[in-house]
Amino acid sequence: MPTIESAFFELHRLDHLAAQDSVIHRLDARIKVLIIVAFLVCVISFDKYEIAAMLPFALFLIVVLGLGGIPSGFVINKLILVIPLAVLIGLFNPIYDQQPLMQLGAVTISGGWISLFSLLLRFCLTVGAVLALIATTGFNTVCMALEQLGMPAVFAVQLLLLYRYLFVLVEEGQRLDRARKLRSFQGRGLGMRAFAPLIGNLLLRTLDRSQRIHLAMRCRGFDGAIRTCRLRRLNSRDVLVLVVAGGVLFAMRVFDGPSLLGRFVTGLLA
Amino acid sequence: MNHSLVEIQDLTHTYPDGTEAVHRVSLRIRNGESVAVVGANGAGKSTLLLHLNGSLIPQNGTIRVGDVHITKATLSDIRRTVGMIFQDPDDQLFMPTVAEDVAFGPISLGLAPEEVERRVTAALHQVHATHLRDRPPYKLSGGEKRLAAIATVLAMTPDILVMDEPSSNLDPRARRALIELLAGFRQTKIIATHDLDLVLDLCERTVVLREGRIMADGPTSDIFAADRLLAESHLEKPLRLQACPVCSRRGPMTAPLPGFGRNSNPDEPEGNRARQ
Repeated sequence: MPTIESAFFELHRLDHLAAQDSVIHRLDARIKVLIIVAFLVCVISFDKYEIAAMLPFALFLIVVLGLGGIPSGFVINKLILVIPLAVLIGLFNPIYDQQPLMQLGAVTISGGWISLFSLLLRFCLTVGAVLALIATTGFNTVCMALEQLGMPAVFAVQLLLLYRYLFVLVEEGQRLDRARKLRSFQGRGLGMRAFAPLIGNLLLRTLDRSQRIHLAMRCRGFDGAIRTCRLRRLNSRDVLVLVVAGGVLFAMRVFDGPSLLGRFVTGLLA
Repeated sequence: MNHSLVEIQDLTHTYPDGTEAVHRVSLRIRNGESVAVVGANGAGKSTLLLHLNGSLIPQNGTIRVGDVHITKATLSDIRRTVGMIFQDPDDQLFMPTVAEDVAFGPISLGLAPEEVERRVTAALHQVHATHLRDRPPYKLSGGEKRLAAIATVLAMTPDILVMDEPSSNLDPRARRALIELLAGFRQTKIIATHDLDLVLDLCERTVVLREGRIMADGPTSDIFAADRLLAESHLEKPLRLQACPVCSRRGPMTAPLPGFGRNSNPDEPEGNRARQ
């Protein structure tokens, strides 16, 4: 199962990136979460035909990724992985929405194509932003930050355990899959009929393990909440970053930068 | 007067599918003792162990730890006194980093942050794993995971350590290090294992289980000298007490090679020899 294995290594890579040190890494996780949420709200709230006004947000994201030392290849790979999903959602836009909106020379571009493109751009921006958050913060720290910002503790526990045992689950799945491959020849035994009991077996193992884990947690006084030593206190620099970044995002949302620039340049030329 | 620390009386446990895993087991363990629980697969070792810290509540019979009987109401007291080290460390290490995992128990006990920190440092130091502090558990080797799992339990400062197969899946050197580590602990130890050489090194007393019943309970040296009992219980003498495979195959020899072929001699304190 090359896809599962490579996805597994990518997870390790994400951890690796999060362990680096940069201006972005040093920011408090809560601040980063708030900025990303503001970013997402801004991007999602654009009109469905909007493209140009979203470009400054792409620039913002690129600057953040650059400062955080996240390789562009990593982000692009991930985007390619999820983009079929967005294409699926917007697939029928060009068919249903034939209203011409734009004239590029002899080619008329319909609203459907523009909204599809806008959707793809939005998708890349939001996925990229969340990726940037996790790659510069680490999944667990994001969970803690979310909890401190008011997410119910039960979700935080779920997410933490999910991430911790994802690795164990994948390893278990790999072992099962390897055992099956080693005893199947000429593609026999690799079909659905062998796959069903395999996945059922994995589920049973998972249930067993979850019981043992719960027992281990109860043995050490687990009562429904996971408490860790608190994150550090916010300092004035964190607040300053939040205010500046929030201001920039707000300005980019309210003022259509590219068209202002365009009008300014054409005004100069005229 | 009663000086035993743990007292199990007439314990019987039947699983929902009707398997009777433990049948009328009675056992007394004194403070500071190291007791091995040995037996075939499915003999009831794990079930017995799960009772000791209240992971299973006695259906029939009673268990007393210190002055407290195990019931639903006393679970939190029991779990503070009895530390359980599971067979698979992955089940026990559920937090993002080793330090947070070790801190989990003390934080749950409601200790102050400074005390939590002190206990985490002390527990990691005790198992020689200070360098693993900030590592995520899934990136540790098997031996390192085991040490971290032991530290998580030590941080709760238990009086009794209950271990299920502590030496399984360890390479010989990690196993040796673990044995030396455990030999240094002052807590009362109850160890379920198939590793009888480990028993020889660590436990002065051995309890043999078969089909949920206690077949024998006595000094380890006596138990390992009883060939018939061992065979009936699906066990074998520890390798160190068996004849050397090289010399014994060569036929009778006048004198064993140095370091080879020391035949079993019930009078010789084997356990002490290995402990150096």
